[in-house]
Amino acid sequence: MKKLINRPEDAVKEELEGIAAAHADRLRVHTGLNYIVRADAPVRGKVAIVSGGGSGHEPMHGGFVGMGMLDAACPGEVFTSPTPDQMLDAAKAVNGGAGVLSIVKNYTGDVMNFEMAAELARGEGIEVEQVVIDDDVAVKDSLYTAGRRGVGATVLAEKICGAAAEQRRPLPDVAGVCRKVNANARSMGMALTSCTVPMAGKPTFELGADEMEIGIGIHGEPGRERRKLAPAHEIVEALATAVVEDLPFSCGDEVLAFVNGMGGTPLMELYVVYNELHKLLEGRGIAITRNLIGSYITSLDMAGCSITLLRLDDELTALWDAPVNTTGLRWGV
Amino acid sequence: MSEIVTQEGVIAWLRAFAAAVAENRAYLTDLDAAIGDADHGSNMDRGMKAVVGKLDGLDEPGGAGEPCQPSRGGIGALLKTVGMTLVSTVGGAAGPLYGTLFLQMGSAAGEAAELSPAQWAAVLEAGVKGVQARGKAELEDKTMVDALLPAAEALNASSSGLSLADALRRAAEAAERGMKATIPLVARKGRASYLGERSAGHQDPGATSSWLLMEAAAEALALDAPLDRPGT
Repeated sequence: MKKLINRPEDAVKEELEGIAAAHADRLRVHTGLNYIVRADAPVRGKVAIVSGGGSGHEPMHGGFVGMGMLDAACPGEVFTSPTPDQMLDAAKAVNGGAGVLSIVKNYTGDVMNFEMAAELARGEGIEVEQVVIDDDVAVKDSLYTAGRRGVGATVLAEKICGAAAEQRRPLPDVAGVCRKVNANARSMGMALTSCTVPMAGKPTFELGADEMEIGIGIHGEPGRERRKLAPAHEIVEALATAVVEDLPFSCGDEVLAFVNGMGGTPLMELYVVYNELHKLLEGRGIAITRNLIGSYITSLDMAGCSITLLRLDDELTALWDAPVNTTGLRWGV
Repeated sequence: MSEIVTQEGVIAWLRAFAAAVAENRAYLTDLDAAIGDADHGSNMDRGMKAVVGKLDGLDEPGGAGEPCQPSRGGIGALLKTVGMTLVSTVGGAAGPLYGTLFLQMGSAAGEAAELSPAQWAAVLEAGVKGVQARGKAELEDKTMVDALLPAAEALNASSSGLSLADALRRAAEAAERGMKATIPLVARKGRASYLGERSAGHQDPGATSSWLLMEAAAEALALDAPLDRPGT
């Protein structure tokens, strides 16, 4: 294992100390219980938005704390859900009296920990709503699985709900916007390489030099299908077709296209992917009216990408365009 | 060997489980790497080390572990402390699941300082029911329930006819069979379920740590005094 770390068990703690040292102007980092809040928290009268999940997906979620996006992020250990006591403390630190919206990615651990945290917070008189994001079309949603995973749509939901909260919309409204984003977004990812969890010290799975994994999650969990490596246009066709046909997105739709890097893929390749996606959607009469290209929801050092499409209307477009000032996303300020 | 479950026995059980998790940390993580996210061993080890830290506090003179002192809150309070410690240190799915197991066992044990084998079987059963409620898992979903539920049933069935040690051994054997039976199953809960058919052929890591928990009970729970104490 080659990593820029000291000891594997200290990586998350030292990452948080680095964030605190770098961004004291915008963020407050609580070490010990490990959570990040915006420096001006709590914002009176505003719905507070809390998210969290395992570490290793940076910039998600800590990089999205700030004006126009999250009020707090709770990082767990690498690929491990944060804990209820941590989430409860974060919720108390950012609750400005208008309640708390938790944005939860659909993983068994995250959902159970956030459920326990919500039970605790309600016990202390804090109004809490939870929205579970489950946009990954690679996973079959049925009674016999844990349901679809939450992936790229999480980033879009955090941005858009953050804007809705800044408009001082009440909690049920902000939660409604979150559900609307989830209902209109679909994603699928692929990997060219495995990732290496620091504490494990070796790649989570082995991929041959001429192989790729289609339908990968964001935790190095293998996907549903291993295929021979193919050119970008074939990979994009496989991912985008599954995404488009699932919702389905249809001719005349306006979409936000999010091409995301998994952590070990250069921006050059993401633009190659975007170019193929743009051509494919144009051919289907789907217009990309907003885009986001870069590594925003990653899987440590994994090489690969995911494609997320969000069907836009005027409300979602305006909320996407609203100012945001975080270390990961920043515009309009 | 004791015929009743004492607070000292419970502490010995927890220490034995912590040692087994530490010893099998890489094994549990390897099992998890195959069908999950390669962190079950390190997460459980972190949690059980924190539990041992709490137990060390209890063992200090005047603590609840002193045989001459009346217990403070009994077995129930001890198990609840273990549950809260796991909830706040393990994370992932295992944190709330193992946390709920011990919290529910603690509620069922109440303030008793000693439990009969039949009472202990009821305590374990309450814990397993809590796990099922939290994780919404049934038998053969390829989860820890596949080891815990048969163990609880075996303990229930044998707690009146056999010695405590033999009943705990039966429970551990049932857990082992349940764990091995997860190998051919297709996962229906947790991250392994995302793999569909590809989850078959692998032993479930959660069922494996649950077998270690039942195995530790068979080794240590019926002891009169903690393993690391003189005179054992």
